Amino acid sequence: MKTESNIFTQLDWWLLILYVGLVLFGWLNIYAVSYEQGLHHSVFDLSRSAGKQLLWIATSGILFTLVLLLETKLYQALAYTLYTCTLLLLIGTLAQGVHSGGHSAWLQWGHMRLQPSEFAKLTCALALAKYLNGIQGPLARTNYLPMLLVIILLPVALILLQGDMGSGIVFGALVLVLYREGLSPWLLLLGIFIIAVAVLALLLPRYYLITSTLVLSSVTLCVSKRSWRCFLAVSLVALGTVALAESVHWVIEKGLKPHQQNRIKALVDPSVDPLGIGWNVTQSKIAIGSGGIMGKGYLQGTQTKYGFVPEQCTDFIFCTVGEEHGWIGTALLVVALCGLITRILHLAERQRSRFARVYGYAVATILLAHFTINIGMTIGLMPVIGIPLPFISYGGSAMWSFSLMLFILLKLDAERKNVLFGRELTIE
Amino acid sequence: MHIQRSQVIRGATLLIALLFIVRLFCIQVLSQEYVLAAEKNIVQPVIEHPVRGMIYDRHGTLLTHNAPVYDLMVTPSAIRHLDKEAFCRDFSLTRQQLDQGLQKARSYSYVKPSILIKSISLSTWARVQDNMEAYAGFFVKVRTTRHHPHSMLANTLGYMGEIGPDQLASDRSHYYRQGDWVGVSGLEQYYEAVLRGQRGMRYDITNARGVYQGKFKRGKLDQPSVPGQPLTTTIDAPLQAYGEVLMQHKLGSIVAIEPTTGEVLAMISSPTYDPNQLVGSMLGKRFASLGKETDAPLFHRPIMAMYSPGSIFKLVQVLIALQEQAIKPSTRYACRKSPFNCREHPSPLNLQQALQHSCNSYLYQVFKRIINQQASDSVYEDTRIGLERWHHYMQGLGLGISLGIDLPGEKRGFIPNAAFYDRCHGVGRWHVSTVRSLAIGQGELMVTPLQMANLMAVMANRGYYYTPHLVKQVGKEVTGRDLVHRHSVDIAPEHFDFVARSMREVVEKGSAWRARIKGISVCAKTGTVENLHGHDHSVCVAFAPQDNPQIAIAVYVENAGWGARAAASIAGLMVEQYLRGKITRPWIQAYVQKGNFFH
Repeated sequence: MKTESNIFTQLDWWLLILYVGLVLFGWLNIYAVSYEQGLHHSVFDLSRSAGKQLLWIATSGILFTLVLLLETKLYQALAYTLYTCTLLLLIGTLAQGVHSGGHSAWLQWGHMRLQPSEFAKLTCALALAKYLNGIQGPLARTNYLPMLLVIILLPVALILLQGDMGSGIVFGALVLVLYREGLSPWLLLLGIFIIAVAVLALLLPRYYLITSTLVLSSVTLCVSKRSWRCFLAVSLVALGTVALAESVHWVIEKGLKPHQQNRIKALVDPSVDPLGIGWNVTQSKIAIGSGGIMGKGYLQGTQTKYGFVPEQCTDFIFCTVGEEHGWIGTALLVVALCGLITRILHLAERQRSRFARVYGYAVATILLAHFTINIGMTIGLMPVIGIPLPFISYGGSAMWSFSLMLFILLKLDAERKNVLFGRELTIE
Repeated sequence: MHIQRSQVIRGATLLIALLFIVRLFCIQVLSQEYVLAAEKNIVQPVIEHPVRGMIYDRHGTLLTHNAPVYDLMVTPSAIRHLDKEAFCRDFSLTRQQLDQGLQKARSYSYVKPSILIKSISLSTWARVQDNMEAYAGFFVKVRTTRHHPHSMLANTLGYMGEIGPDQLASDRSHYYRQGDWVGVSGLEQYYEAVLRGQRGMRYDITNARGVYQGKFKRGKLDQPSVPGQPLTTTIDAPLQAYGEVLMQHKLGSIVAIEPTTGEVLAMISSPTYDPNQLVGSMLGKRFASLGKETDAPLFHRPIMAMYSPGSIFKLVQVLIALQEQAIKPSTRYACRKSPFNCREHPSPLNLQQALQHSCNSYLYQVFKRIINQQASDSVYEDTRIGLERWHHYMQGLGLGISLGIDLPGEKRGFIPNAAFYDRCHGVGRWHVSTVRSLAIGQGELMVTPLQMANLMAVMANRGYYYTPHLVKQVGKEVTGRDLVHRHSVDIAPEHFDFVARSMREVVEKGSAWRARIKGISVCAKTGTVENLHGHDHSVCVAFAPQDNPQIAIAVYVENAGWGARAAASIAGLMVEQYLRGKITRPWIQAYVQKGNFFH
């Protein structure tokens, strides 16, 4: 048994170094955004984003020590309790929330503001890990599925009720964890098929999809053997596709708020209205694109500094990176974030307990979702969905929540050889 | 199987990262589109308006310049601790006016400056200049408008206005843009191209809200504006001012020309207006009201008003008759008061006496001899040939043609030719008695005051004139050589000498006695022009001194009766003012200013 004193030798330093590097790089970019030529503000000025972010980073350091000091068992033991607590906080936010940026996702006490949806990701990961830890063998059978869906969809529902679509979508990435734990790949493929049809329904004129589905299914029927079952299967798939495409249109027109509709429309064609709907996408691409290979130099950005890019500190921080550090900077950042995620996947795979492994996968997939959506949106590959870029974007709740996720994983990983209580891995 | 699944997830992560890096390479490295778009975002081209050229008189007196106007600007976001009470006191505003103004500025833009008070007075600005530090967010912006310190020469100087759509469309140089101000009339219009200068361009960096951040590329691309060139006119400011005083409360014009150069010394159009009324924001309102006035102050009479010449035309007929040898100075005729009535005078008369007494009957005989020289057996054909020859002389004297003065809108007047009468009466159906009114300067004849002054210049020069012009220097270059030409007349100088002597007699012994000045040999001829619409017009043309003349002048006073009264008095006063710089006969000036010419 290892003692507390040499826990540092057990820590995964690769992950820690990547984390520290990303956080510092993020802070430099937040400082650049709020930097004004000729004005000298203290770095510690708490009325400015850079100063506040420094506070969040420092407090994250305290959290790090705290997590290392606490017993590993505690996370598993308290998983459901913490999960319930965040659900209550989310409900509280619905009742007492502060409106900001189109949705009401904040709880406020005095000057302190908290975004419970950020912490919900962490506690949901813990709860998921604990529930799966109690299940024998792979998830081949579907009788566990309803409970899993409840665990994931409860916070999602509450977050969507706040109007925060971005944070809700992130939970969808947890499907990958279930897939890793044995969920049928067919279900995953079905999910991908549904998403593909939905995207195509948006991209193509309305009747293209219906016509092409009909043509494709007729051709399939012609070449295949003409049996009852075959006919039934093909027509069911065709019908399902058409119904899905139509319902996507219906949901978009009836179910989404105008600003959410616009974000999806702008993805298809930002040039329709470059000053209205497409403003964010266009300006974001302009800022990144104007950086060139080497960038304009630190603190030399014009598009981000002169307010052309919205939400520069938070959701669009990647634009500052692109403009000031160029392709070298953005490519390095993408490599670093990708390295962080794959390192977490590596750590997750080497865990002995299912709890730790599932938790590791949950952290990785949540980060992957943030990484994909956030960078994808700034370069026009994804609709404008307002979620932060982990460790880079400004924001206390996100900083703490992502740091805690990582710290807990580090702690679990450091103690993985001491695991006596969990179930041994069964490799099939 | 689980190993494979973990690789699927890892592979997907790597694939997404790769996709991002490739996409970023495309938009950051391969595409130039975003670099240009970024530049367009932040770079704001700002037009630098050049300073318009100033206008001077022949002695260097400033006639037109650019006066500063102070606008009080406000940037709502920059206001700090505004003491509204003190502010209202300083700028003489009511609290309500201030609040409304601030509200308007805020609704325009919170961060961009806008005008709070347009053109604050110079005295206000001088008073509050030192207090401005206390009013953060407020500043004063200087712009310029045209200003005419002597408030004279209104129609000749012209005014400026916003460029119209037609002018914008026909601008081949593509210099002008919507909203530009251009000269619309007078010298401002004619010399627009040299007065305006060349606009410059400045490239500012502005942020997304349009607030100035600095110079793009440190001003490397900026082009400074080129100021407009000053004009030195031929106007003699004291003479012009004196003429405007004399013409007060009268309708008409005075044109004075320096015969040896064709330089216009004075050009008075009456009634006139203060040219400072047609500047800047006042233009629209004042222009409309000036346009409505019945005596048409915006009508530039010296070059646009066309009158019958009247008796002064007899000088021209005599000149042509002498050149054509249709008559000799010794030829005598008795006044038969036919076909025109005549005043009481001795009879018979020789040529000089006929001019002195302005005998209509005599002049009809002269005209008949010019026209009918037995060139053809048919009296109709003979008249036709004679009238064409006569018409040719007229054009040589600058009548019935455009003289080419450097002002827009010059009228040609009208001298009928044979083709005109063919159209009126039919070919071969008119002869000299049909057109007899021409003999005494009535009928279809039309001349402008400028043409009459120019005719006097021809007399003074004994047979030539220079194109009358108003500008002798543009910038530092003496100009006009390409526009100002010497025009010679096919009439021998000795005939002019004869007419000049006769005009001298008109002053000494005849109707123009009010133009008689001790020590100056003034030559003049008066005229009383019949007018269908009211009282006769009073006309006088003159030049002086008789030998080596320095001024040629034409005076038209509408509805003022005999030429011997109003016009002859004004002509004499103007000549004395120009040649002596002072008036020795104040009673004549008083007579003119009293303006009662019928009793």
